[in-house]
Amino acid sequence: MNINRRKFLKVGGVLALGLSIAPVSGVLAGVKGKYMPNSKALTGKNWAMVIDMKKLDQDIDACITACHKEHNVPDIGNKKEEVKWAWTDKYGHLFHDNKHEYMNEEMEHKDFLALCNHCENPACVRVCPTQATFKSKDGIVMMDYHRCIGCRYCMAGCPYGARSFNFKDPRPFIEETNPAYPTRTKGVVEKCNFCVERLAKGLIPACAEASKNGGILFGDLEDPNSEVRKILDTQFTVQRRPSLGTKPKVFYIL
Amino acid sequence: MLEKALIKESKRMFWYWIIFLVVLAGVGFNSYLHQLNQGLTVTGLSRDISWGLYIGQFTFFVGVAASAVMLVLPYYLHNVKEFGRITVVGEFLAVSAVIMCMLFIIVDMGMPMRVLNMFLYPTLNSPMFWDATVLTGYLLLNIFIGWNVLEAENKGVNPPKWVKTLILISIPWAVSIHTVTAFLYAGLPSRHYWLTALIAPKFLASAFATGPALLILICFMLKKFTGFDAGKKAIQKLALIITYAMCISIFMVAVEFFTAFFSQVPGHMVTLQYLFMGAHGHGQFVAIMWVFVVLAVLALVLLIPRKTRENDRTLIIACIAVFVSMFIEKGLTFVIGGLSENPFGEITPYIPGIHEILISIGIWALGIMIASLFYKMVVSVKRESDFANASFNKQEMRDC
Repeated sequence: MNINRRKFLKVGGVLALGLSIAPVSGVLAGVKGKYMPNSKALTGKNWAMVIDMKKLDQDIDACITACHKEHNVPDIGNKKEEVKWAWTDKYGHLFHDNKHEYMNEEMEHKDFLALCNHCENPACVRVCPTQATFKSKDGIVMMDYHRCIGCRYCMAGCPYGARSFNFKDPRPFIEETNPAYPTRTKGVVEKCNFCVERLAKGLIPACAEASKNGGILFGDLEDPNSEVRKILDTQFTVQRRPSLGTKPKVFYIL
Repeated sequence: MLEKALIKESKRMFWYWIIFLVVLAGVGFNSYLHQLNQGLTVTGLSRDISWGLYIGQFTFFVGVAASAVMLVLPYYLHNVKEFGRITVVGEFLAVSAVIMCMLFIIVDMGMPMRVLNMFLYPTLNSPMFWDATVLTGYLLLNIFIGWNVLEAENKGVNPPKWVKTLILISIPWAVSIHTVTAFLYAGLPSRHYWLTALIAPKFLASAFATGPALLILICFMLKKFTGFDAGKKAIQKLALIITYAMCISIFMVAVEFFTAFFSQVPGHMVTLQYLFMGAHGHGQFVAIMWVFVVLAVLALVLLIPRKTRENDRTLIIACIAVFVSMFIEKGLTFVIGGLSENPFGEITPYIPGIHEILISIGIWALGIMIASLFYKMVVSVKRESDFANASFNKQEMRDC
């Protein structure tokens, strides 16, 4: 390449101009990392949930509807591609390594509420190649829909079937869009987020709010005085598939 | 050198072959546009069987790619001279196979435009990040090695010294690509069929049977269509490698049965039951699994006795049997089988969609096309250097 003095000065001048503009772009783009959390926000170190099936029985559908409405979860209408954050399934399925041949029929077929367990040791987070699914500081397993590449490794990793993939554009299947929460695009994975957006506003999760008889309790596992801890201390509770070492944080009272 | 792939001394037949592959790749591409537009709903994949044909074939072709090491290692470390003529054939097979792997990954992604997120947000704890990394590295290694070795031969000189270094690196690297691919599966809680340390060695053994079997078939095809002869000795050495690798890999498939059925742990048994006998009223893979068994036995019966192994015709049948049986075991049923029992203890059937099949065929066509162009180049270079060597020898004789 042939650079003469004139050309050098030209290029140098443009570069110098660029350098002088660079600090301005910081101002234009806004100041990063400074915002005030809502003073009413619920704070916890390790969120968990207790589902008391005796108390929940009547409200179970209301809980699911509340959740799906809040989060714009589409009703795809077929089992192959269904998207669900909270759903019901029978005991024999959810606790299938814990049933036996002579089990009381009513119990085996009883519908239980299922959702993401927000494991303390989540396999989905371990396998995700982009950290699109990650564990927040308060123990919630979250999804970044804008980073997810749709490889579905997390779905193979999750032992609870808690993850759904958007096989097609979900928007036409949302009955009534809630503008307060984003809809998703085709090609990404989604799941329950323990209503992190409600916690930030000082509200308990939508499902817990919809369970009128206190069938769903939500609280901080680290706080020995939380309702969740009190129940765990006093009652017999179980987790789904504890032998896998994922340490699920949704506890059930059968 | 590239001109040798594209213009020099092309037979008409070769171009018809390429056009045929281009058409297939075009049909696949059309289906892919459809899939991009509609989403993965056009496939047979579901919430439960979230990986299927694409990831299965990806896994299979990682094995094909890794198998180049079965030529490179004996030649460069143990001075097996017979392989000298065909190491580049193995390296270009690896290049084509890795490209196919990458395409299978990309078509499987829900958000292919975000593929670079894997490198923008490198996640060291994810086997998939490592898999993408080692595959990319392996592709580059083989392109550099294959190209430089062939270029040197084309110019009638020895390859530069640094190529030897790359070749030595490529040997453990080949093992790593299939090990990391096995780790994609072998560390997931609750996927009993995959949750065994045997997956990595099993993958490697089946790769070292499948890849060389494909190489033998390629060598026979090159001999038939181009007159390039790999040499009887090289083929027989490869056949021996296939025999041992096939025995080991069938052994490893078989020992899984003992662990599952002697322990009687339902989670360990269910996938084998479902695949080979049918379970919970589903048995869509039973027929194809028995095809696998028959072909695997046939391959061993033809490979182990010396007489049939040394006969070209029976060797070809054995190689086809090895390739097809391992494609069934690893490319079709390993991935789908591992997911077939969902987390609720139910079996979910899986039938691939038409676009899914066309896209797969398109990727095969593209891979075969790349390999064909490479091999055309290889054959032209070899022909010229053979000719040069022959005339050089004649000259030498006369000088004496």
